Amino acid sequence: MAIGFNHYLILSSILFCIGMYGALTKRNAVAILMSIEIMLNAVNIALVACSHYIALDVIVLTGQVFVIFVMVVAAAEAMVGLAIIVAIYRSRRTVDVTQVDLMKW
Amino acid sequence: MALNIAFWILAVVTVGAALGVVLIRDIFRAALFLVLCFFTVAGLYVTLQADFLAGVQVLIYVGAVAVLLIFAIMLTREVQRGNPSNPLSIPVLIFALLLLGTMVFTIVKTSWLPVVAVSDLPEESLTPMGSGVIGSLAAVLFTEEGFLLPFEIAAVMLLAAVIGAIVMMREK
Repeated sequence: MAIGFNHYLILSSILFCIGMYGALTKRNAVAILMSIEIMLNAVNIALVACSHYIALDVIVLTGQVFVIFVMVVAAAEAMVGLAIIVAIYRSRRTVDVTQVDLMKW
Repeated sequence: MALNIAFWILAVVTVGAALGVVLIRDIFRAALFLVLCFFTVAGLYVTLQADFLAGVQVLIYVGAVAVLLIFAIMLTREVQRGNPSNPLSIPVLIFALLLLGTMVFTIVKTSWLPVVAVSDLPEESLTPMGSGVIGSLAAVLFTEEGFLLPFEIAAVMLLAAVIGAIVMMREK
């Protein structure tokens, strides 16, 4: 069976759901960030597939441009998120998100 | 045919590696599975003829983000082991499966058609501005009517993120 647009979209949604499951169930803050990276990658696959199948390839590359911006934002997010995690670890000696409830009402 | 085989191998390895990231208890091994996942996603970009993005994926995710994550794992290694089970895991599993079912149903039921037919476009817009995928990507990214302003905003945002990370990591 030929590989089409649907295959990429279904793969992307499977990856997104795996990442979401990890992001909502993990207790280690670094593991949550890793799951969010999986979700961002899933969205990137969908965008590149749209650019390849829906929009005209090599003429309109908006999907690929969006992927570049998503990557930039993901890199910045990982950088700031890990800085926050290391700062929390310094002051509270834990990265368990259920223990970090200082701002919880 | 070769593309089909490549897609299936890459898809299976990607999903397996993502499951490994989520299910494996040891956080360091999970990070190594995440690196594998990033590599296979780069391979998927190659099957979609996005060669520049495949290179960028390897450089940024495997080269920078994964190293940063492993660095953070090493810095914040938990002293005590044992991951107590999260009370949310069963409802989240059900919700994730429901979401997956809904998305797959929608994807299969929708008839995806190209947004613009080739015959509707004016003749001059059919010739790509640059040469190849990378050339036209650069032409889209670096022209005034393209994405030049968001590109510069992204550069400023990266600078702000770097400064913010340095400020937060600095010893008081």
